[in-house]
Order: sequence, then C-alpha cells, then structure tokens
Amino acid sequence: MWVRSTLAYRASFALALVGSALTSALDFVGIYIMFTHIDALGGFSLPEVALLYGTAGAALGLADLLLGNTDRVGARIRDGSLDTMLVRPVPVFAQVAADRFALRRLGRVLQGAAVTAWGAAHVDVAWTADKVLLLPLTVLAGTAIFAAVFLAGAAFQFVAGDAAEVQNSFTYGGATMLQYPPSVFGREMVRGVVFVVPLAFVNWLPALYLLGRPQPFGLPWWTAFLSPFVALLVLAPAAVAWRAGLRSYRSTGS
Amino acid sequence: MAGGDAVRLYAAVAAGGFRRYATYGTATAAGVFTNTVFGFIVAYTYIALWDERPHLGGYDQAQALTFVWISQSLLAAGALIGGGFQEEMQERIRTGDIAVDLYRPADLQLWWLAADLGRAAFQLLARGVPPTIAGALWFDLALPADPLRWVLFLVSVWLGLVVGFALRYLVGLCAFWLLDGSGVNMMSLLVSMFCSGVLLPLNVFPGAFGEVVRMLPWSSMLQVPIDVLLGEGSGAGGAGAALAFQAAWAVLLLAAGRVLQAAATRKVVVQGG
Amino acid sequence: MEALIRLDGVEKVFDVRKRTGLLRRERRQVRAVDGISFEVPRGEMVGYIGPNGAGKSTTIKMLTGILTPSGGRVRVAGIDPARERTRLAHRIGVVFGQRTTLWWDLPLKDSYALMRRMYRIPQARYAANLERCVELLELEKLLDVPVRQLSLGQRMRGDIAAALLHDPEVLYLDEPTIGLDVVSKAKVRAFLRDMNAESGTTVLLTTHDLQDIEQLCERVMVIDHGRLVYDGPLSGLHSAGGSERTLVVDLERGLPPLDVPGARVVKVEGPRQWLAFPAESSAAPLVAAVAAKYPLLDLSVREPDIEDVIARMYAGGGG
Repeated sequence: MWVRSTLAYRASFALALVGSALTSALDFVGIYIMFTHIDALGGFSLPEVALLYGTAGAALGLADLLLGNTDRVGARIRDGSLDTMLVRPVPVFAQVAADRFALRRLGRVLQGAAVTAWGAAHVDVAWTADKVLLLPLTVLAGTAIFAAVFLAGAAFQFVAGDAAEVQNSFTYGGATMLQYPPSVFGREMVRGVVFVVPLAFVNWLPALYLLGRPQPFGLPWWTAFLSPFVALLVLAPAAVAWRAGLRSYRSTGS
Repeated sequence: MAGGDAVRLYAAVAAGGFRRYATYGTATAAGVFTNTVFGFIVAYTYIALWDERPHLGGYDQAQALTFVWISQSLLAAGALIGGGFQEEMQERIRTGDIAVDLYRPADLQLWWLAADLGRAAFQLLARGVPPTIAGALWFDLALPADPLRWVLFLVSVWLGLVVGFALRYLVGLCAFWLLDGSGVNMMSLLVSMFCSGVLLPLNVFPGAFGEVVRMLPWSSMLQVPIDVLLGEGSGAGGAGAALAFQAAWAVLLLAAGRVLQAAATRKVVVQGG
Repeated sequence: MEALIRLDGVEKVFDVRKRTGLLRRERRQVRAVDGISFEVPRGEMVGYIGPNGAGKSTTIKMLTGILTPSGGRVRVAGIDPARERTRLAHRIGVVFGQRTTLWWDLPLKDSYALMRRMYRIPQARYAANLERCVELLELEKLLDVPVRQLSLGQRMRGDIAAALLHDPEVLYLDEPTIGLDVVSKAKVRAFLRDMNAESGTTVLLTTHDLQDIEQLCERVMVIDHGRLVYDGPLSGLHSAGGSERTLVVDLERGLPPLDVPGARVVKVEGPRQWLAFPAESSAAPLVAAVAAKYPLLDLSVREPDIEDVIARMYAGGGG
C-alpha cells in the first residue's frame, strides 16, 4: 500500500533511499577515519570490523524496514488512529507495521550488505561451507532478534506512550555497539548483551566463530549457531507483551 | 515597536518554547536514557581508540571521554541529529500559514530564533545535565574546576546554538522554492553530523581535509564549545579566538538568512501566498 | 423484530490517575457507562445523544469491540464484540467524524482498493457498492484526489463510502456532520436516509446536532453521566424536557419587548429580539402574528441544543 504511494514520487524516493544509505554509511566513515590512525581496534582489523558493522547494520535495517513504524504506537493512541485500526478485520499489529511502510529504509539494508560483502572478501578466513551458510543465517536471525526488540518497544508504549525513544537505545544503540568488537567494551556490558538482552546473538557470537576467535565467557563454539533459537526465545515473550499491552489498552481505554 | 517591548516579546516567545518542551516529561526521560546508553557505547570505543593511539588529535583519554559525554549532552539542544524547528516551519510554508507569520508585527527570523533558543535552553538543562553526571560518575573526565571556563563554555554553546539555528533557518526557507523539503533536510543533517563533530572529534580528521572541516560553520555547533571547555587552543586568548570565530559565522549566516527571507517574502507577495 | 444490537446492564469503569503532588498520585474510579440496557431492531435508525463526556463514545467503542466492558453483556449480530472483534468487523461499519479511516496520502480510490483487500470483498460486490456510493455521495471527481487535499465535507462522504463497501449490517456514525457546512450536512443526511430505506442498514448515530436526529431518526436515546435518561421518539424528548425553540426577529428599529400570544421575549438587543416558544408547536402562526403587528426585516428559528434539552429534563424532573 505505502510502497505505491512512495514510489509515486520517484525522484524524491531515490533521494530518500540514497539518504538512508548515506546516513548509515556515515558511521562507517567514522570507523574508516579511526583506522587512518590505527591498524587494529580491540585487536580487530578494518575488514573484521566491517564484517561486524555490515551484519549489524543489515539486520537492524531489515527489522526497521518491517517494524520500524512501531515507534508510532504511542502517537496512534494519542490521536485515536489506533481505534480505527481496531475496527478493521485485520490484526492491529499487521496494520501498524504496514501503515506508512517506508521502502526508503532499504537504503540501510543495502549499505549494510555491501559493507558485509567487502569485509567478507578481505578478512583472512577460509570460507568453508558452514561459514558461508552462517553469514546469511546470522543476518536473518539478527533481524528476528531486533524485530523482537521493536515489538517489545511497541508494547511498552501502551504503558508509557511518550517513551518510544527508549527502544532506540536497544535498536540503534545496540546496533552501534555490535559494530565494534566485543573486546572494546566492559565485561559487564558484554555480559548484559549475551545473557540479558541477547543482542550478542545478532552478530557477535557468529562473527567470532567466523573469524576463528574464542567465544566470550568460555562459551562453546557452537553457541555461534544458536542465534535462530535465541530469536524464537525472545520473539515469544515480546509477542505476549504486545498482546497484553493491547488487551490492557482495550480494558482501560484512553 | 519600542526596544523594551521587543525584548519582552521575544523573551515571552523563548519562554513559550521552553515550556512547550517541558511538558513532555516521559519523552525527556526516554531521551536522557538513550543519550546515556549511547554515551557508554561510544565512550568504550574511544577508550579502545585512545589506548591504541594516546594523544590522538591532541586529546588525552580523559579529554576524549569528556568529548563523548558533552557531545551526548548537547545533541538534543543543538538539534544535531534531528529535531528543531525547521520542519514545522516548512509545514507552515507548505500550507501557506507562513503568510500569517509574515504579516505579524514581529520579525520572522527573530521569532523563530527566540522559540528555538527557548527549546534549546530546556533541552540543555533536562537532556544535557543528567548524561554528563552519569558519565562523570563512571569515567574519569577532564571537567575544569575553573568557573570562568564554564562561563566561556556556556557562551560558546549559546553562540553554537545561534549558528545552528541560522543554518537550519536557511534550510527551512528552501521550502519556499522546493515542494518537498525532506531531501534538503536530510543532506543538511548529514553534513551537520559529519562536520560538527558528532561522528568523531574534528581534530581526529586527517590532514588538509580536517583543516577545512574545522573552518566550516558546523564546527561551531559542537567541536568549538567542547574545545573551549577543555581549554584546547591555549588559554583565554584561544577561547577568545574561538568565540570570535563562532560570532563571525553567526552574524554571517543570520545575515544570509535575512537576504533569503527577503527574497521569500517577495515571492509570497507576488504569488499571493 | 429481531434485535441486532442488545445491551444488558453494560458498565465501563475507568481508573483515572491524577497527579496530586510531585510523586503522589491519586487513583479514582470513573463510571463512564453505568448500567445501560437497550435494544436496536434490525433496520432501525437511532440517535444516541448526550453532553460531552456522557459516555457516548465509550458505548460505541464497546459496541465495536475497541473497549472491553467492565460489566454487563453486549451482543451485536449475536457476536460478543470484545471477544470476537475481527469477526464482527466484517459485519459493521464505523465512521468517526473527527478522524478518518482513509489513508492520508493516497487517492480516495486507492484507499477503497485497500479496504477491499482488508475486508476480502468479492470483486463484483465491491464494484457494485462502490458505484452506488460514488453516485449517491457524488465522489466521482474526488476518486483521484489524495485524502489530505479533500475538504472536511468531501472527506466525510469518502469515509462514509469506505464504511459501506463491505455491506455492513450495522453502521455506527460518531458525529458524522461535525464541522460540516449546511450543504454537506444536507448531502450526508439525504444519503443516510436513502441508504437506510434501500438496504435496511441499521444505524446508530451520535451527534450534537439535533437536526441530524430530527431528519433521520424516529427514535432517540439520551445518555447523561453514563446512564440512559431517555429512550423514545424525539417529540417526546421535547415535551419531556418542556424545551423551547427560539424565534430571532430583526425589526426595522428598536422597540419595547414584543407582545405576541404563545411566545415570550427572552432577550432584546437593539432592533433584534429573541422570542421563546414551545418546541412542539409550529412556528408559522407565531411568525404570522409578529409580521402582522410589527415592522419586520428578517427572522430565523433556532433549535434547542442538546445541552439545553437535557438541562431542562432535569430541571423539569423529566429524568
């Protein structure tokens, strides 16, 4: 639906797509400038960091493409447009996600994929079949994990409608963190994204395996392949939270 | 309008801008939380970078970390990664409501400037102070003890806000000529993020490229105020030069805004809005 | 006749949290709907009126499944709206006067195409319904216009058509004429009358404009403070409240209060005078009497507004 209306303004769409790609590329320019002064950051070379950067960006970009609109749930409650969605015979969540679907967000995905490809081509890795397969699997599972964060953020807005920005900490903030090697961060922070909000499964653990490095906290190598299961594990409670939020909205009203 | 009345008018407009944002309590708290989270993430990457290259760009590690936290604190006030007034102004231009503003017995540019400074004052307090405190508690920052340095810093921040306003006012006025302002807004935002120091401190930018970026007006919005606070550019003389640099850009860009505004007004009069 | 809408002792209680200090909050319960029971048979057009905050919108939200009732029983077409919201959605149409269900940036016809997919309307039925709505609501010139460029009246007609494409058995209209000019109001009312007569769609209408009710509904229900205070014909409402209409008379010059039988002067302002007379009696003899006795320039009749009628019902012990 929204795809059509945005494509209608073709020039403006092209500009928006490029802009979306440039905005996310800016971070990589920052990393590139850092590497004009150094050879390794936290023990990782530029192509290795590029692999982290690209996979985190592509996963976040895909999740944002699908569910980025969920940050408007609070606004929809305030302006009453959530009510108009509730009288239609289609699940509210599907309507929230599809309304104002912005294809320009594809820019971030494409840019992330490009940097991933560049990184993958330049890292010193023997690309065995399992490693080649792990890469797209990582991006898809990472998308699902970020999707769970968007979903939980949407549910949170039923409680605090104005607090939509908090989810940026976990989505954009999380992706920013995942762009850099885990060795850069404090132990407690890494522990937090491995065991509490399992963002480390978006790309860190799979990438550490790809690059032939040990997993953090002495975790076995096969934890690199757990991302799809972790995604299901976090999507389920997020979906429950959304349903609970919608139910409480319908019993308390606005 | 008499001078005193004018001052009172724009003070009232600024107070209105302040209050308007002060009503969003939860949103402000959410913003503080996000700024603090980002502060932690960026701080650790800078620690890694300065571990690798101590004294990069002339900063020691404490100064680099101070840069991180002060920039997180200035993001909202300076509308450095989005926000601010220009989209609202463009919407008024698009709908034609701007004609009403133009016939008001107040100056359009000063009106928006006052409102934007009011907003910035609120966000400087509410979104600026808490992340700085969080950063200072967790990390070793190079915050000066000399009150004069803080005064100079606040003057520099204020000048930076005026420069930022003047730039965004020019962008906003483009809506008189362009149907869809979103493209210009995006490019303006990208340039601002890159050239102000949001992305990386400008003194880390390499070679002649860095030299050029540091001379552009965007550096007034973040890099210069933080350098004034850190005492970079050698003492009071350095600070004086920094403030003069900002003031020069502010005057130049505000004047450019007036020229563009006059052209826009002529266009409205000719086309009848 | 079969009752399409049935409410039995329906209640809705809201928890309202009020900030009383910096951190202290007071919790208070508000009974927005306080034990309402009524039935609407298939094919009827009913007005549902009351002052702001009386519980009208809350009732509509419970009837559409947006809100879950705190007590009592709601059935619409045999369905419990709160439990089977999406199943019910296929059988009802809703128009919120203050906000649109159309897509702001899309041309009207694209919004309709989306509705077709969402409600899975068979193509033939969709085409027939759309054609009829476009003709009766005079939408053909607007189909290619993005919704944001429509005037309020045009948008309202567009919204009504959107709510009818899937042949709903019940149509809820929440303030369908709010903010519309006289011509648009007349168009909307004429369409609703025809639609009800032709397809027998049941209509529940909330409004502030008593003329909507007068021209469309045989039956009116009045809600105040969450309770049903009147349910019956509109004429009965006027006599129950002893309400009055007002004849506004513009004279050639200022005169002492006019003296005509069957009316009393309530206000004088220069050459303009306001005469109150019982709402159920005709204005014609009064106008004739004034015109015969006094130098008349212009006159108009003002209907009592809902707040007045309800206030009078209480004052006269009618509630």
